[in-house]
Amino acid sequence: MTKKTGFKDTISQIFVGNTVPIMFIVLIIFAIPLSGFSSGYLIQEMVTRVGRDSFLVLSLLLPIMAGMGLNFGMVLGAMSGQIGIILVTNWGVTGVGGLFLTMALATPLAALLGWMAGIVLNRAKGREMVTSLMLGYFMNGVYQLVVLYFMGKIISIKNPVLVLSRGYGIRNAVDLKGIRQSLDKLLLLKIGDISVPLATFIFIALLCLFIWWFGRTKLGHDMRAVGQDMGVAEDAGIKVEHTRIIAVILSTILACYGQIIYLQNIGTLNTYNGADQTAVFAAAALLIGGASVVKASIPNVFIGVILFHMMFVVSPMAGKTLMGSAMIGEYFRVFISYGVIALALALYVWKHLKERERARRSLRGAQEP
Amino acid sequence: MAQQQPLLHMQGITKEYFGNRVLTDVSLDLNRGEILGLVGENGAGKSTLMNILFGMSIITQTGGYVGKVYIDGKEVNFQNPYDALQAGIGMVHQEFSLIPGFTATENILLNGEILHDNIVTKIFGPRLKTLDLPEMRAIAEKSIELLGVEISPDTLVAEMPVGHKQFTELAREIHRPEMKVLVLDEPTAVLTESEAQVLLASLRRLATTGIAIIFITHRLREIFDICDRIVIMRDGQVVKEAPTSDTDIEQVAELMVGRNVSAKSTATSDYNENAETIISLDHLWVDMPGETVRDVTLEVHKGEIFGIGGLAGQGKLGIPNGIMGLYTAGGTVTLHGKPIHLNDPAAALAAGMAFVSEDRRGVGLLLEEPLDWNIAFTAMQAQNKFLRPLLGGLIQWRDDKAIQNVALEYIKALDIKCTGTDQPAQELSGGNQQKICLAKAFAVQPDVLFVSEPTRGIDVGAKVLVLQALRTYNRKNGTTIVMVSSELEELRSICDRIAIVDEGHIAGILPPSATPKEFGMLLVGKLEQEEIKVDSHE
Amino acid sequence: MNRIRGFVEKAGWARIIIGMLLLSLFIAAPSVGVRVDQSITDVIARFGMNGIMVLGMIPMVQTGCGLNFGLPLGIIAGLLGATISIELGLTGIAGFAGAIGLAAPFALLFGWAYGKLLNRVKGGEMMIATYVGFSSVSFMCMMWMLLPYRSPKMIWAYGGSGLRTTVSLEGFWIHILDNFLAIRIGGNFLFPTGMILFFVFMAWIMWAFFHTKTGTAMTAVGSNPDYARAAGINIDKMRSISVIMSTVYGTLGILVYQQSFGFIQLYNAPFFMALPAVAAILIGGASVNKANIMNVVIGTILFQGLLTMTPSVINAAIHSDLSEVVRIIVSDGMIVYALTRVTRKSR
Repeated sequence: MTKKTGFKDTISQIFVGNTVPIMFIVLIIFAIPLSGFSSGYLIQEMVTRVGRDSFLVLSLLLPIMAGMGLNFGMVLGAMSGQIGIILVTNWGVTGVGGLFLTMALATPLAALLGWMAGIVLNRAKGREMVTSLMLGYFMNGVYQLVVLYFMGKIISIKNPVLVLSRGYGIRNAVDLKGIRQSLDKLLLLKIGDISVPLATFIFIALLCLFIWWFGRTKLGHDMRAVGQDMGVAEDAGIKVEHTRIIAVILSTILACYGQIIYLQNIGTLNTYNGADQTAVFAAAALLIGGASVVKASIPNVFIGVILFHMMFVVSPMAGKTLMGSAMIGEYFRVFISYGVIALALALYVWKHLKERERARRSLRGAQEP
Repeated sequence: MAQQQPLLHMQGITKEYFGNRVLTDVSLDLNRGEILGLVGENGAGKSTLMNILFGMSIITQTGGYVGKVYIDGKEVNFQNPYDALQAGIGMVHQEFSLIPGFTATENILLNGEILHDNIVTKIFGPRLKTLDLPEMRAIAEKSIELLGVEISPDTLVAEMPVGHKQFTELAREIHRPEMKVLVLDEPTAVLTESEAQVLLASLRRLATTGIAIIFITHRLREIFDICDRIVIMRDGQVVKEAPTSDTDIEQVAELMVGRNVSAKSTATSDYNENAETIISLDHLWVDMPGETVRDVTLEVHKGEIFGIGGLAGQGKLGIPNGIMGLYTAGGTVTLHGKPIHLNDPAAALAAGMAFVSEDRRGVGLLLEEPLDWNIAFTAMQAQNKFLRPLLGGLIQWRDDKAIQNVALEYIKALDIKCTGTDQPAQELSGGNQQKICLAKAFAVQPDVLFVSEPTRGIDVGAKVLVLQALRTYNRKNGTTIVMVSSELEELRSICDRIAIVDEGHIAGILPPSATPKEFGMLLVGKLEQEEIKVDSHE
Repeated sequence: MNRIRGFVEKAGWARIIIGMLLLSLFIAAPSVGVRVDQSITDVIARFGMNGIMVLGMIPMVQTGCGLNFGLPLGIIAGLLGATISIELGLTGIAGFAGAIGLAAPFALLFGWAYGKLLNRVKGGEMMIATYVGFSSVSFMCMMWMLLPYRSPKMIWAYGGSGLRTTVSLEGFWIHILDNFLAIRIGGNFLFPTGMILFFVFMAWIMWAFFHTKTGTAMTAVGSNPDYARAAGINIDKMRSISVIMSTVYGTLGILVYQQSFGFIQLYNAPFFMALPAVAAILIGGASVNKANIMNVVIGTILFQGLLTMTPSVINAAIHSDLSEVVRIIVSDGMIVYALTRVTRKSR
């Protein structure tokens, strides 16, 4: 097979393969001057946000590798993390110790929920994404039941700062003074005016290393095989259902840690609505970074987080300058998040159908007399 | 080289599927380094025998088998393909079992990768061992080399030509050091001439290393090229087993097909050879996966029952599917002198053709709907039957009473056993479902009726009824029937002429009275002119 | 004993459990101070409000396009029609009819485009419909602020541009159907005859449509697309028609909902409106590729009944507000359950 080596071909291949990120870069180039933000401000925002959100986006990689698409069920992990934080805040454990205790506490819960989600998704093969989306909504209901009713009544919550005035149920917003910025401030690097939360970045780098190493293990390799063709993998003796469940469990646990890192940076727990948009924004960021529903790698994560959050930050002000209303900018960025996912899904299905057609036609080639 | 005991010994194998016996007391021996050719028609039992050897779930889930299988003298009973793999049995199927996005190396060593321990494995288990890619690559290279082909181990399977995919599959089976027996099922079907030659050479080379090979193909020339012995199966039994040097293509062809010819053929009595042509095919090709038609040219006469036979996968099923627009097709089809628009089921129906598909449950029926719907539907949609026009033709209202009546008519005519016209089709037995499919085609009142595998999977009583129904319909209405079937006997019992399809072409057309040998020779693949000592009957 | 078992099998456990739950809530109602006649009124009202949107699920399910998670598109068409009707100052029955008439072209256009999209993404319809729905709602959020509406009844009091989040129908066509031939008994029971008649009419049209040649073809497409193709049916065309129908029903559905609710809800309101409709038809016994009018009626009554009764009874009993949580758990749980029960091979 000869590969095209012409310069023009390479450029056009880069464009076609990466339409979404390129469109985004163009969009942002227009929006940044409109927003009026200084470059110093933007760089600081990006550094903070990369530290805050990358972990969550990284958690989406494994299910994609296992052929399960975008794991909207990552909110189950996020909710586990939030429950962990509530409990730790209740016990008054602070600082980095509190943070790691939260992670340790939430891990078994996240693993359990991930296992349950994996079983459900195995029963909905071919519809994993929409099922994980609905499962996320459903668990949100269960989460609210636990946090709004059981906590304080069945699960004892002593710390008055957490509980609603009626005596049970957690408050809408909880100040996380205890663990706020605990990881971020652990190793703070200052480059000129920019503060870089080094410890958080190291943590993220460790995760990247883990993911890279994981890809070279038998389990990671099996996951890729299962992700491409469950039938062939099954015939070769790979335990398909088992592998998929492991992918979901790992993803859920990582999402749990990701949400904890996110919350320690923000410093406030938005008890009831905090986890809602987590999956959507993470998925949108990943797709904007050039990933597809079947193929995602670590560079996609970081490129995506930067592009997505850049758009997120500049939209309101750009909207104000352009249209006279910051609200429009805010609606715009929500629209882009959903739109990019819809676009990526449509492109994926369309390409998938075209490839199947092409594979069939290649068999026909042998028959011209 | 005389061995103490055969590498593989299958003894007295008998298998039944729901009371239907498909293998009767089959015994087979295979020695180290031997290439054994296994031939037989469709339904002879070759696939079933191999499924038993390979521990396929279809066997264990349908009651297992009777008899014993020995490897190197030890009795074995495989419950799944993985067990068979571990014992050294490998099988290369017709459908590729490859991961398209993986390289040749990764596919060759799928689930057999070379692994290294690391600190984590002690805690989390063996699945976290790391892959040793350079080592894997070396093994893959060696395997490919053994086959004698040029494939880079880093090529993605998705980017390989079909032939290379076949070789990659083969390399996967043989890379295992414990490989003892290799089974190949029609391996040259997708290969070009030259690739096939390379494959055969590879097999010969493999045999010299001690691997025993079971080679299943209908191309007798290839069998005689490389096989040491040949086993011929027919109707679930071994009819002959001999060294290839002791027999020849003609004898084998005859044994594959020949049965005691009973005087069941009733067709030729009033067949007029000079009747006009009603439908003609000119260089028809059809892209139907597994039943590709490459180049078919033939003419069917008005009022005849024209049979199309051939082995599975050779393309006979592609012909009616292509004409009726279910699969992409090209070439020319002329009906009543006018060309038919291909790739357009509505046009085929409108022109006066109807089709009873071989895929009864997949294409032929609406399983969840009542049987009267099933019968009336095509006629309703294609010909506006069973509809009442309202508001001056603006609305076509479904006439449920008329649909019920037509269903009752056919229930009576074809003796369909059911609880009522509203019974869902999926609740009926196979035979009765087939009658529904026939009724659906009859309701369209076609000029030409294509029927594919009309008696597949139905009991004997229903078989007779279905064939009778077709014959009656043909006699009474003068409808031309084109019948495609894997059962030669069935074709010989009611057809006026029979065409045999091989490798997507028409190998020849014979009258039902032709000898088994003549049919056999057409079934067994392209032969050199000298090998054909049969008089053709044109 | 056998007849009971037969009934249970036919009705399905999910429905029986929910039915018993509903019945017990009705029985428990008086003892916690909730009036039964008021409750029945509420349930009937919510049935009428939601019924047409649930009816709209049928065509797409029947052709194998899956559950219509893209209902927001039809709803947006309805919102456009309603707001334009108010902008033109139409009131009463003219206002309602005007809303329908003005929404119709939008509904047809959106349905047509949506259908074309779905035809190109066979196999991934539900997921893409969901996100196309979400994106459209977000897009319209921007539009509600930018479109040149002027009517003082609709736009923000200060600032002067952009529509309010909710617009009252007081003085326009509020309760126009509800009050038509309404039956009132005592102070607490109201039967909204007009709205129910409208539902019956729309259901009758759906029933009639599926008895025509095209409707019959559509059913076959969802039941077995290969069979339908072999019979000469143009699958894409059938799918498109079903999508347009679902969208139009969605449009009519939201207009009927609004006239009873009394408000037009803009911005993020349509976001999750597909889910109650999907849950309702699933509770009624529909599967991912088969649905009928009975499913709609039973499902809507059970689901809306549960949503009405649980809050009022349980809230009165334990003095706290569980309604939102119950709604989420029941509707989303039902949908997850249905998605895991796919039996036909999905290509």
